[in-house]
Amino acid sequence: MPVLRWLRRHLIVIAGLLTLAYMILPNIVVMVFSFNKPNGRFNYSWQRFSVDAWKDPCGVADMCGSLSLSLQIAVWATVGATVLGTMIAFALVRYRFRARGAINSLIFLPMAMPEVVMAASLLTLFLNMGAQLGFWTILIAHIMFCLSFVVTAVKARVMSMDPRLEEAARDLYAGPVQTFVRVTLPIAAPGIAAGALLAFALSFDDFIITNFNAGSTVTFPMFVWGSAQRGTPVQINVIGTAMFIIAVLVVLAGQLIANRRKNARP
Amino acid sequence: MSLTKEAPPAPATEPVLRKPSTRKRLVPYWLLLPGILWLVVFFALPLVYQASTSVQTGSLEKGFEVTWHFQTYWDALTDYYPQFIRSLLYAGTATILCLLLGYPLAYLIAFKAGRWRNLVLVLVIAPFFTSFLIRTLAWKTILADGGAVVDVLNTLHVLDVTSWLGWTENNRVLATPMAVVCGLTYNFLPFMILPLYTSLERIDGRLHEAAGDLYATPATTFRKVTFPLSMPGVVSGTLLTFIPASGDYVNAELLGSTDTKMVGSVIQTQFLRVLDYPTAAALSFILMAVVLIMVTVYIRRSGTEDLV
Repeated sequence: MPVLRWLRRHLIVIAGLLTLAYMILPNIVVMVFSFNKPNGRFNYSWQRFSVDAWKDPCGVADMCGSLSLSLQIAVWATVGATVLGTMIAFALVRYRFRARGAINSLIFLPMAMPEVVMAASLLTLFLNMGAQLGFWTILIAHIMFCLSFVVTAVKARVMSMDPRLEEAARDLYAGPVQTFVRVTLPIAAPGIAAGALLAFALSFDDFIITNFNAGSTVTFPMFVWGSAQRGTPVQINVIGTAMFIIAVLVVLAGQLIANRRKNARP
Repeated sequence: MSLTKEAPPAPATEPVLRKPSTRKRLVPYWLLLPGILWLVVFFALPLVYQASTSVQTGSLEKGFEVTWHFQTYWDALTDYYPQFIRSLLYAGTATILCLLLGYPLAYLIAFKAGRWRNLVLVLVIAPFFTSFLIRTLAWKTILADGGAVVDVLNTLHVLDVTSWLGWTENNRVLATPMAVVCGLTYNFLPFMILPLYTSLERIDGRLHEAAGDLYATPATTFRKVTFPLSMPGVVSGTLLTFIPASGDYVNAELLGSTDTKMVGSVIQTQFLRVLDYPTAAALSFILMAVVLIMVTVYIRRSGTEDLV
C-alpha cells in the first residue's frame, strides 16, 4: 500500500493544507462572486459573468461613504492607540514602580472579555453621560480596545532590546531626545509598526462594539451587516476582494523589506 | 551630531544632575497617565455603570432608578439559560475544532514550510484585513441548499448522521448549529494558529533529533516533546478563540436560525431594540463573570500542572 504509506508520512502537511484551504475558500468565493450578475437583491447564487461591479465600485448608495468613514476612524484610532500604547509599553518594560501588577491586569482585561460586554458597558456610560453617539464615541471605543493589543505588541519588542545601546548613545554625549529619536525609536519600530497594523485591522473590521456605540452613524462593517438583511450588492464583494489583495501586497512588501534588512546586515 | 563641532562640553556638575533625577522618578507615571486614564474612564468605569444599571428598575419614559433589584439577575438567567448554554457549547466546540484544525497548519508553517513559510503566513494573516462580515456572508453561498458542499455531504450520508445528532436539519446545513459552529471555527482560526505557530517556532529543532536518536517514534516525539513545549501557545490560542466566540452573535445571526441564537444576540436585542437596560446589563454581567471564572480556572490548571 504505497499510497497509504505516503498519506501517513505526509499526514501533517495534508491536514495543514486542508486547513489552509478552509481559510482561503471564503476569500475565493468573495472574489468569484464579485464577477457575478445576480438576479435579485441577494448575491448568494451564481448567475452569469459580469464586470459591472468592478467598473462602478461606488455605484451603491452610501457604501463608499461608510467605507471612507471606517478608514478615517481606523486611521485616528491607530494613531491614538499606537501613541498611548507605546508610552505604556515603554513605562512597563523600562521602569520599576508601584502598581505595575495592577496596571498589567488593567491592560490584560480588555483582551480577556467578550466584546459584547465591553460594548454594552460603554453604551451605559455614554447613555448616563448623555453623550451624542456617533464619530467620537466610535473613536473613543476603538482606541480603548486597540490599546491593549498595541501595548502587547510593543512590549514584546522593547523587552528584547538591549538597553546598553542607549547607554552607549548617552556615553557618546547624545541628549535624551536624540537618544530616543536616533536609537530607541528605530530599534522599537518593528514592534510599533506591528501594533499599529493590528490596531488598524481591528478598528477597521470591528462590528460588535461599533454597532452598540455608533448611534445612527454607519461604518463599513455596519453597512455590510445591514445589507445582509436588505440585499447584498456585488460591490461589497469587489471591496472585499480589493482589501484582500491590498493586504497580501502590504504584508508581502513588509516581509521583503524585513528580509532585505536582514541580508544587508554584515 | 556633526563632526566639525569642538569638543563636547564638560560633564555637568553635581547640582545640575540631581534635579533631573527627581524628575526621572516621575517619568514612568507621565508615560502611563494618558493611556491608563483612557482605560479607566472608557473600560473600567463603564463596568461600574453597567453594574449599577443591572440593579435598576424603571422604564424608558419614567427613567431608571437604583433599587438593588437583584431579581433581574435571576429572571435573566431563567429566561435566557438556553442561549447561555448554547453560547458556551458552540464556543467550546469551535475552540476544540480550531485546535484540531489549527495545530497541523501551525506545525506545517513552523517546521515543514521551508521557503514557503512567508507565503503561508501571509495567507493566514491576510483574511484579518478583509472584512470578516463579508467572509462570513460567503459561507452562506458555500453552505447553500443544493450547493456542492451539501450535495457531497448528502451523497456520503454524512447529513443523515449529523441530523440524527441534531447538528443539522432536513438535509440542509444553513440555519443549523453546524453552520454556526463552522462559521465560528472559521472566524477565530487565525487567533489559534498564530500563538501556536509562535510557540512551535521557538522549539529547538535539535530536540526532535535528540528524541529520534533516543529511539522515539515520531508519534512519541510529538507526545513527549513537541506538544508539551507548545503548551503556552495552546493555552493562549484556546483563550483567544473561546472568549470572543462566547460573546459573538454575528455567526449565529448570519448563518443560524432563531433556534441557534447565542447570548450576545440577546444582549444586543435587549439593549438596542427592547431598551430593557437592566436585563441587558445583568445578562452581560453574567456572561463576563462566567467567562472570567472559566478563564481563571483554566489558566490555573494549565499553568500549574500541564505547563511544567
